[in-house]
Amino acid sequence: MRSIWRTLDRALARDIGLVCLADCLVGVSYGAIAVSSGFPVWAPMLMSLLVFAGASQFMFVGIVAAGGNPFAAVLAGLLVNARHLPFGFALGDVFGKRWAARIAGSHLMIDESVAFALAQKDAHRRRAAYWACGIGLFVCWNVGVLVGAYAGTAISDTDAFGLDAAFPAVLLALVLPALKDRAARLPVLVGVVVALVATPFMPAGLPVLLALAGVLVGVAVKEPELQEVA
Amino acid sequence: MDGVELLVGTVVLALGTFAFRFAGPVLRSRVKLSPKAERLMALAAIVLLAALVAVSALTDGHSFAGVARPAGVLVGGVLAWRKAPFVAIVVAAAATAALLRLAGVP
Repeated sequence: MRSIWRTLDRALARDIGLVCLADCLVGVSYGAIAVSSGFPVWAPMLMSLLVFAGASQFMFVGIVAAGGNPFAAVLAGLLVNARHLPFGFALGDVFGKRWAARIAGSHLMIDESVAFALAQKDAHRRRAAYWACGIGLFVCWNVGVLVGAYAGTAISDTDAFGLDAAFPAVLLALVLPALKDRAARLPVLVGVVVALVATPFMPAGLPVLLALAGVLVGVAVKEPELQEVA
Repeated sequence: MDGVELLVGTVVLALGTFAFRFAGPVLRSRVKLSPKAERLMALAAIVLLAALVAVSALTDGHSFAGVARPAGVLVGGVLAWRKAPFVAIVVAAAATAALLRLAGVP
């Protein structure tokens, strides 16, 4: 574990810290929204510890608060979280061989930790970025939810701070360098278009999964080039 | 709101989500992937993240997200493209959206 902190340079640590701060504020709003829509205080806190996936947690609370069936809320949340399956396949080398590390590492898998890891050049930095971001976000998210659940509606509208624009900007900044690889451009473009076209008609989560069609198109069209790029 | 239903719902969502997260690392440790397959997995993750950026920047639920949020992400994207520091990208995106909303832009 100590080598992780040594590998993290100051710039990477600062970037991860900023994302942790932003997610902490979103956590405060999540706790506040859940409790003010009638959930018992323990519910958002337990969910943040055990599920630890913001979008699906907001969706669960939204559906149940609107009078929906908790079973339907679980299914909707699972659909939103299904993208973690392909994420896990992409992250091969960050978990190590020990089962405890694999279990803990899997639980810390969220969009930001995956994006930070994939943006690093070598395996050592990938591992350091993944664990630092995962652990940092887990702590900050849960502290935020705890504060929000008890302190109530101090920050219930994070849109006023533009935090809803910060989340896509974080992922965009981390993904953009990957587009220097020409072989990635067509799959990404097709995936983005498919997801956007599907969004008005399909349940949340499914459009993003359908973006994987872009990978198939990339394989079909650019097979020779894909092999060239190391 | 029924406490038992909430508890069961939370646990089922947690177990299902963990299964999604755990399947990749476990299956990957059992099969040796070719370098090409590994590149495809990484590409798939990039495509998913890019789609997530587009959907979360431009849409809210099933409809358009308005002006302020896409404008903020656009400012962040331009700064990222010009290789601005990460902190500047994120703060500029949030500040743009916040200021537009302050000015009454949805």
